[in-house]
Amino acid sequence: MKVGVRVLPRKEVLDSQGRAVAKTLEHHGITLNSCRVGRFVELEFDTNSMEEAQKKAKEVAEFVLYNPLVETYEIEALKE
Amino acid sequence: MEPEWLWYQDRYDLSPYRGIVLPGGFSYGDYLRCGALAAKSPVMSSVQEAADKGIPVLGICNGFQVLCESGLLPGALLKNNSLRFIDKWSSLKLQSTQSQWTGNYKSRSHAVLPIAHGEGRYFISQDEGKALWDNDQVWWTYDENPNGSVDDIAGVLNAQKNVAGLMPHPERAMFDWMGGEDGVDFFSTMLS
Repeated sequence: MKVGVRVLPRKEVLDSQGRAVAKTLEHHGITLNSCRVGRFVELEFDTNSMEEAQKKAKEVAEFVLYNPLVETYEIEALKE
Repeated sequence: MEPEWLWYQDRYDLSPYRGIVLPGGFSYGDYLRCGALAAKSPVMSSVQEAADKGIPVLGICNGFQVLCESGLLPGALLKNNSLRFIDKWSSLKLQSTQSQWTGNYKSRSHAVLPIAHGEGRYFISQDEGKALWDNDQVWWTYDENPNGSVDDIAGVLNAQKNVAGLMPHPERAMFDWMGGEDGVDFFSTMLS
């Protein structure tokens, strides 16, 4: 089963990467309300249970994939 | 006194050591987050045990990032405001005067050390930041903030004051030929 973990910088933390992307887009006439850059991690578990896979993904996310001080995460089921 | 290298994949009884230094560099290529993967390496469980016993632990640059990621120090280090890697000499002000780390700096409150980092912007929440100041855990601040760190913070201590982290590089300021000797006390005080 494949599970995605989406990690984004917290809103209260200045996201210097998102700011840089937004500034570049502005130079090209594309204006945004906000732009934040995070990461997406795809995990594949050896199980047929999506519930179990998501539970494991949560453990992995909280073990190392995100830093609660500066980031948030969301888990989503992915198609095979 | 002889320094010894410890292998990151091994575990050790560190109680005979006078101090532990986590040097700078780019552990695991800075993948995921700076220091995040190294913080989970086997040697770090031994460092955690040593820190719990009160043995001095100093993290420099990437070592500081590893200590934050492992929870031994509060806060996190983010990409510099400018998004640029900064490599220059930087003037620092000593803030914490009560710890074992201040050494001869008790009588002189400034040091000039090189900085060399892309992700040195110290971040901590407002409440936790206030607690740092109240508990005398802010170790050094920059005279001119190079990276956007909260409250100009360049280095912090843990609550017990035996774990210290610093973005600047004292080991690059040990002799006159290096450009300055202000880094010497960072190691001599550790061993005093």
